[in-house]
Amino acid sequence: MKYVPLVLSNLFRKKTRTALTSGSFAVALFLFGILAVVDGAFQQGVDVAGVDRLVVLNRVSIIQPLPLAYRDRLLRIPGVTHVTFANWFGGVYQDERNFFPQFAVDRETYRQMFTEFIVPDDQWQGFQTDKEGAIVGEALAERFKWKIGDRIPIKGTIFAGTWEFNIRGIYRGRRVQDDTTQLWFRWDYLDERKAFGKGWVGWYTARIANPDDAVRLVKVIDEQFANSPAETKTDTEKAFAASFVKQMGNIQLLIMSVGSVVFFTLLLVTGNTMAIAVRERTRELAVLKAVGFSDRFVLMLVIAETMVVAVVGGGVGLGLAKLFTLRGDPTGGLLPFFYLASDDIALGLGLALAVGLAAGVLPALSASRLRVVDALRRV
Amino acid sequence: MVKVDGRGDESALIRARGLGKTYRRGGEEIHVLQGLNLDVDAGEFIAFMGPSGSGKTTLLNLLGGLDVPSAGSVTVAGDEITRMSARKLTSWRSRHVGFVFQMYNLIPVLTAFQNVELPLLLTSLSKAQRRQHVETALDVVGLSDRMHHYPRQLSGGQEQRVGIARAIVADPTFLLCDEPTGDLDRKSADEALDLIDRLVREFGKTALMVTHDPLAAERAHVVLHLQKGVLVDTVTMGRAR
Ligand SMILES: Nc1ncnc2c1ncn2[C@@H]1O[C@H](COP(=O)(O)OP(=O)(O)OP(=O)(O)O)[C@@H](O)[C@H]1O
Ligand SMILES: [Mg+2]
Repeated sequence: MKYVPLVLSNLFRKKTRTALTSGSFAVALFLFGILAVVDGAFQQGVDVAGVDRLVVLNRVSIIQPLPLAYRDRLLRIPGVTHVTFANWFGGVYQDERNFFPQFAVDRETYRQMFTEFIVPDDQWQGFQTDKEGAIVGEALAERFKWKIGDRIPIKGTIFAGTWEFNIRGIYRGRRVQDDTTQLWFRWDYLDERKAFGKGWVGWYTARIANPDDAVRLVKVIDEQFANSPAETKTDTEKAFAASFVKQMGNIQLLIMSVGSVVFFTLLLVTGNTMAIAVRERTRELAVLKAVGFSDRFVLMLVIAETMVVAVVGGGVGLGLAKLFTLRGDPTGGLLPFFYLASDDIALGLGLALAVGLAAGVLPALSASRLRVVDALRRV
Repeated sequence: MVKVDGRGDESALIRARGLGKTYRRGGEEIHVLQGLNLDVDAGEFIAFMGPSGSGKTTLLNLLGGLDVPSAGSVTVAGDEITRMSARKLTSWRSRHVGFVFQMYNLIPVLTAFQNVELPLLLTSLSKAQRRQHVETALDVVGLSDRMHHYPRQLSGGQEQRVGIARAIVADPTFLLCDEPTGDLDRKSADEALDLIDRLVREFGKTALMVTHDPLAAERAHVVLHLQKGVLVDTVTMGRAR
C-alpha cells in the first residue's frame, strides 16, 4: 500500500500521455465490449440450447415439413420422453422492419418442452381455450407496448391473409440470455386456416431421458425414418443452433481477427510509450536503486504503472460499452439478445491486464537491468 | 583515524584493501584505481580531491556498494561487501549508506516529504513512525516548512538539503557525498557544508565527500588526494572534533 503514491505520481508526471495511453485502452475495450455483445447475440441460441433436446428436421432442407404422424412414432422410441412440434410463420407486423419470430406451437406440449420460458398457469389456460390466442415474450411486449387482451394483426407472408391474435399471456425467460422476443400462437389454428400442407409440421423437438445418449438417439431417429418420403435429419439443439449461426458467416472469426489486430496495435503503442517513459526516468530509477530498492522492485513498479493505465482505461471502455448496451438493441430486432455479460466484462479486464503486462514487461526489464553507476553517470 | 598505507587494524569502520578498478574501452584497458588502501574510523569526515577523471566517483561507488571492484576488497563494519551478491548488496546499501549527489537527484513528481520518505519505505516502520522520522530529518536540514513542496518549487540549496535529509533519514552507517556543493552558490554551499559538519560532530556520522572546492575540503578532518590510482598526501587538518 505504501508504494501506491510512487506508482500514481509517475502516472501524473505526463498527464496527457497517461490520458492518451489509457484512452487507447478505453477505445480498444469499448470495441471489445461491443464485439462481445454482437458475438453473444449470435451465439445466444447456442448457449441457451437445452442439452437434453434434439431437433428433428426434414433431411432435404429446413423449410421442408414433416408429417404430423411422426409425433407418435418419435414418442415410441425408447429414451425419448417428450415430443413437441412447431411451424415457422414468418408474418409481418405493421412494417417489414419490425422483425420478430412467430411460431405456431402445439398447445398441449410446447410449454413442458421449453421450461426456460415461464408462462403463468392462468395465462396458459387462457391461451389453450382461445383459438386465436397468442403468447408473447416480455421484451416483445415491451417493444410494442402490448398488454394482455390486445388484439394484434399479423400479415402472413407464407400463409396468405391477415391473422389476428388475442394476446393471452406474456412469458419471461428464466435466464437473461433467454430470448423473449417471440410470439407463439396455436398450431391447430394455423393448420385449420392454412390453404395447403395441412397435417404437416415444420420440425419436431424431442426431449431425451439422458443427454449422454444423444449421439446414439440421433442415429436411431434418422434410421427410423430412412427410406420414407420424408427422411429426417436430427441433431442436438446445440449443434442445430451452431450450424444456424454458421450460415450467417463466420462471425467469430471476424470478431477474433478485428480484436487481435486492435489488441496487437494496443500492445505496440503501449509498449513504446512505456519504453519512452522509462528512458526519461533513467536517472530517477537509478537513484531508487542506489537508495536500496531492488531490481525486482523497479521491475514491478514499471509493470504496475502499465497495469494501472490498462485497467483504468479498459474499465472506462467496458463501462461505456455496458452503458451502450443498456440502451438496447440498436438494429431494431435483429439482435434480440443485446447484452454485455459479466463474463465478457471479466474477460475484457483480463485482456486489458494481459496487454498491460505484456506491454510493460520489456520496458520494465530494461529498467530493472539498468546499472546504477552507468545511469548516474549519464547526464 | 584515517590511513592510506594499508596498515590499519580491524577496528576501522571502512576498510579498503588493494582496491582496483579497470575499465575496458575498445581494446584498451584503463586502470582507474590500482592497489588502493584506505582505513576510516567511525566519526571521521574525509574529503577526496583530485583532477577530473582521477577516479573519485569510481572510488565512492565502490565504497558504497554501487559497483564491484576489479581487484581487492571493501569491508564495512566487519562485512566484506565486495563478496556480497547483488541482491544482498542492494539491501545492505539501504541500511548502511546515505548518498548525496551533485545533481540532488530528487524525484520531481514527489514532494520533499515523499522524497525523504523513500528510503524508509524499505523498512518495516509504520506510517506514523515514517512520518516522525521524515519530519525529524527535514527539521535537521531546516526545511520543516517546505515539507509539501515539490523539487521545482525549491531553490538549488534547498533541494540539496532535501537530498541530505533523504540520505540521513534511515540513519545509515556512513554518508557518501559526490560533489555535494558542485552545483551550489557559495552561500548555499556553505549551508550544506555546515549541515554535513553538524551531522558528523553532533550526530557522530561518518562522512566521505568528493569535492573540487578547497573551501569545502577545509571543512573535513582529513583531505586525501587521488593520484595514479591510489590515495596519497594525507593532510591532517588538525581540527578539533
Ligand atoms: N563505465 C565506464 N567505462 C569506461 N570508462 C569509465 C567508466 N566509468 C568511468 N570511466 C573512466 O574512469 C575514469 C574515472 O572516472 P570518475 O568518474 O571516477 O572520475 P572523477 O574523478 O569522478 O571525475 P570528475 O571529477 O570529473 O567527476 C575516467 O577516465 C572515466 O572516463
Ligand atoms: Mg566524479
